Formats: sequence, C-alpha cells, structure tokens
Amino acid sequence: MDQIGGDLRLVSLRKEFGDFVAVDDIDILIPKGSFFALLGPSGCGKTTTLRMVAGLELPTAGQILIGDHDIAPLKPYNRPVNTVFQSYALFPHLDIYENVAFGLRRRGIKDVSAQVDAMLSLVELDAFARRKPSQLSGGQQQRVALARALINRPEVLLLDEPLGALDLKLRRQMQLELKRIQTEVGITFVHVTHDQEEAMTMADTIAVMNQGKVEQLGSPMDLYENPRTTFVANFLGQSNLLTGEVVERGDFVGVKVWGNQIKIPASRVATSNSKVWVGVRPEKIYISAESNHAHDHLGNQLVGTVLERSYIGVSTQFIVEIPGFLDDEKIIVFEQNVDASEVMAGDRVRISWDPAHTFALDAKQDAYAGDVLAETE
Amino acid sequence: MNWIRKNIIMIVGMLVLFYMFIPVFVVIALSFNEPKSRLTYTFDKFTLDNWLHPCSGAEAMCPSVMVSLKIGLLSTIGATILGTLMAYALMRYRFRGKGVANLLLFLPMASPEVVMGSSLLTLFVSASFPLGFWTILIAHIMFCLSFVVVTVKARLAGMDPRLEQAAMDLYANEWQTFRRITLPLLAPGIASAALLSFSLSFDDFIVTNFNSGSTVTFPMFVWGSAQRGIPPQVNVIGAGVFLIALAIVVIGQIVGARKRKALAA
Repeated sequence: MDQIGGDLRLVSLRKEFGDFVAVDDIDILIPKGSFFALLGPSGCGKTTTLRMVAGLELPTAGQILIGDHDIAPLKPYNRPVNTVFQSYALFPHLDIYENVAFGLRRRGIKDVSAQVDAMLSLVELDAFARRKPSQLSGGQQQRVALARALINRPEVLLLDEPLGALDLKLRRQMQLELKRIQTEVGITFVHVTHDQEEAMTMADTIAVMNQGKVEQLGSPMDLYENPRTTFVANFLGQSNLLTGEVVERGDFVGVKVWGNQIKIPASRVATSNSKVWVGVRPEKIYISAESNHAHDHLGNQLVGTVLERSYIGVSTQFIVEIPGFLDDEKIIVFEQNVDASEVMAGDRVRISWDPAHTFALDAKQDAYAGDVLAETE
Repeated sequence: MNWIRKNIIMIVGMLVLFYMFIPVFVVIALSFNEPKSRLTYTFDKFTLDNWLHPCSGAEAMCPSVMVSLKIGLLSTIGATILGTLMAYALMRYRFRGKGVANLLLFLPMASPEVVMGSSLLTLFVSASFPLGFWTILIAHIMFCLSFVVVTVKARLAGMDPRLEQAAMDLYANEWQTFRRITLPLLAPGIASAALLSFSLSFDDFIVTNFNSGSTVTFPMFVWGSAQRGIPPQVNVIGAGVFLIALAIVVIGQIVGARKRKALAA
C-alpha cells in the first residue's frame, strides 16, 4: 500500500445504475498535493465519482490511477485513500480518541498515543479525547472526522460536502481552516460540493460537473472569468447572456447584438458557430448617465433605460432594458457603492465594459442551464 | 370531582396494571403456602419451606425445570446467532429471493402454534426422527428465529450504513467492521432479541407438547400436575422467573438512565 503514490487520474471513468448513467466517461488529472474541487448541483455525479475513488462504489468501466497503480479493483481498506463523510459518520460507541485511532489500530500499529495526541492538537480538540461524539458540537465533530482521516496520512483525502451541516459563519471559518491544514500536510484533497463559493475559496482547481460529465475544468479564476458553457456561466455567479451573431473574425471577433456591434477577443469565443450567446458578468459593467462619456474608451457599449434599481449594501443592482432586445434579455449591472450613484430608476443610461471581460458561447446551449439549480441549492 | 377528573387516566392505568398483575400476586402468595391437601387452592398456612427446599416433595419438577432451562439457553443461542446473521444479510446485501425470505420470516409468527406444532410432528415422524430433547430444540429455534430477525432488523434499519463504510475506509476489513462497529452498535437489539427468545422458549407449551416424545419440560410438568393438584413448589419457580425478569428490566432501565445522564452531562 505504501508504494502507491503520485497524481490521481480518472481515466474514462463510468458508472451506471441500471439505465441511469451517473458518471459518463470522465477524464480528470489531479496533481499530487493539490486542492481539487468537484463542483455541481445534486445528482450531477460528483458524489458517485468520489465514492468510486474511495472504493465504496464499483466503476462500470474505466480506471482510477494513483501514480501508475490502478486502484479501481481494490477494496476500500486496501486503498491509500481516506474519506471525510457528509454528516461525519463518527462511531457513536467509541470516544474521540478511539475514533481518531481507529485507522492506525486496524493497520496493526501498537503505539498510537503520540500520533493521536498530535492529530488532536492539530484540530484543537486535545481536551475532548475522552468525550463521545454525541457530546460534541457540529463543528467539533467535523474536526474529529477530519483528524480521523488525516492521521492515516493518505495519498488522497476525499471530502464529501464536509461543511454542509454547519452554519454559515462556522462554514467560512472551517473553509480557511481546511485550506490551512491542506497546505500544512501537503496531501491531495478532493472536495465535493455544490457550493460554488466554497469551491472557489478553497480549491486550486475546480471541475464543474453536470449530468455525469465534466463541463469545464480550471482554476477558480479561469472558470469565472472565461466560462466555456452556459452551465458554467450561470452556475458560478451570474451572467448576462445576449443573443448575438458573429459578423467579423480576427484577433477580435465582431458580434452583432440586436444591431449593436460588440467586440470579443478570439480566445474568449468558445464556439465556431456563428450564432452565439454574448456573455458579460454584471460587476464588469460600468453604468452612467447617457450624456456621460467617461467610459467610452472601454470599447463595448449599449444604451438603455433603468427598469429597476435596488440597493444591496455592498453594491447597487440595476436592471437595464435595451430597446430592441428580447423581453428576457434585460441586462443586470452591479455597481460598487463607492460614490453615490448618479443613476435612478427610469433614467436613460449608457453601459460600458471592456471586450476582455466579454465571452461568447454556443447559442445551441440552453441560456438558463445551471441557473435555477444554483438558486435552489 | 375535580381531583378525579385530573387523575382519571392515572387511576384507570393503575387499575389495568393491577388487573394484569393479579395472577402474579396470586402465584407469589401461593409460593408461601402450605396446603392441607393437594387439591385445595386456598391459603392455609404460611411457610418458607417451598422456597428453602423447592425440589423436595415434587420429584419430577426440578428435572423438568432443568430441561426447560437447557432448551431455553440453547435455543436462545442458536436463534440469536442465526437470526442476527439473517437480519444482517437481509438488510445489507442484495440477492435473489430476498423478498420471499422477508415474507416467509413472518409466517411462523403469523401461523397458529397448533398448526406449526402438528406440521413439525408430521415432518419428524415421516422422517423417522426420534422425538425428544433435540426435536424440541429444533422447534424452539425455529419459532424464535423470526422474532430475532425482526428485532435485529429494526435495530439495523436505524443504523447509518455510512458507519460501516467509514470503518472500511479506515482499513477495517469485512470481519473487523462487523466485529468493531456493527456488532457493538447492534448489541442492545441482539440482547433484547435473546431475552425475547428465552422467554418464548421457556414458556412454550403447544409446539413443545407435539414434539416432545417422552421429554418433559417445565410447562408440560405444570400442565400434567394441574390435573392432580399443583404442588406449591411450582409457584416458587413461577415467582422466581418473574423476579428474575423484573430484575433484568429494572437493571436495564437504570443502566440506560445512567448512560443518558452521562451523555447529557
């Protein structure tokens, strides 16, 4: 077991439950020592993928490689992989000390006290060694679950929605804590979550999954700034998606959006199709009175009317109607509340943004993919 | 009037309990009786003799108690082990005929004991299996099994399967997982299943009577002697069994309350 080590690679990994394809031939490379997140709505196959790596689910086809070693046929107890379960699954009849020592004892290690003590102090639970799990708070139980897995120094640590049961404040705190521990121990973390903010805060690399497939894989910034599918554009944050048609190709692609010319860098156009969705994030847009030309240098511009203006605290949110656009193509703009805004509801406005903040997606994709799910989850 | 209205449920409850326990009180009282003749059931004279010398005076009784205890213990062990394993298989594995097995398990509980006893007798006789201790034991294990499976299954259903997965994830193989996680967590269910088995076996008369041959268990001895007048020592055994059962329940309650208190602290 100890000789297995290296990057984690999923090769054409597939899992079917009867007629239902839960994981559809995915290929992912997770470099050793990285913090990797599988992000997606419930039912997208992320937890099934994780359970296959843990050995709790047998793949229908494909390989799970650590280094050059295929662990797919191995029993869970023969893999250098440990899991932090959703709702923790602490052993209720054993105290915290024995919970943490469980893995070491099963591998026949006689003297566990030094390691257990060290691990309990890493998660700051020294004083609780002789308590039972039910006597601990949710956050403490979460840390026990982490300690119980980490003490085995696995090649890969799997985290299945580990923060889902915690309240918002504690979750923020544990996100930073997890990141700190991961940096400290240098073990590969694979983190499954449906919370895009959680994934972006912690992970070096994120794979966005939808319907058993990987939609896009990249750094949090990559995914957010340059989404390649409408699902990613909507699931990570909010996007304005406008109907456009490519009229000019070059370093910059020219797109007509209801008679207005928009420029997009060629590298940010994810399709060769000429019918596209033109995307821009709400916070990349500057809004000003129609007569104000201060942002003309940015390049992309539209003129419209403010339909709604709502003050949210950190920002003000505008919904802008552009004449000639379809009814549901109203543009959302977030303006940071630095100065008092000059724009009120009903005003004629000029909205401007940088072509480098624009992206284009295949118009065959559903403009609302990932949107509703992101709201209900 | 007001007092009655407030406490009516309590009063009715006490009356029902009293009604349920009258036979037990009678048995306990009669265990201290020294009857003038074998056929009277009146309380004639107080004595401790029955408790001090339960085996004298009714020579066949003590051996029959021993037979019942032996069969009770063996059938409890057999039914508990088999039943626990069956419950585990039915809850944790998928296999052909699982639905049918689940259904068939209820049959011994649902069918009248006369039917079960007589059909077992037919089976043993046609297989020319000699009736006696072993046929009683086989019959008892059979009808206790269903109760064990149902009890242990209920406990398993309340147990998160992720605990076992977590154990496997932490390097415990199948046997270690069962031994270290499943079994300790099932223990209360298994214990109550065992107690249930023992009391079912100890007081069974109908099935036993069909399949006993010349072996006499305690319920059969009581039945037999009832026709000639029950010796007062029978009441000693009855009272004793009741007191032991009571002690087990009380101890169980105290231990449970202590555990809850420790957890709350």
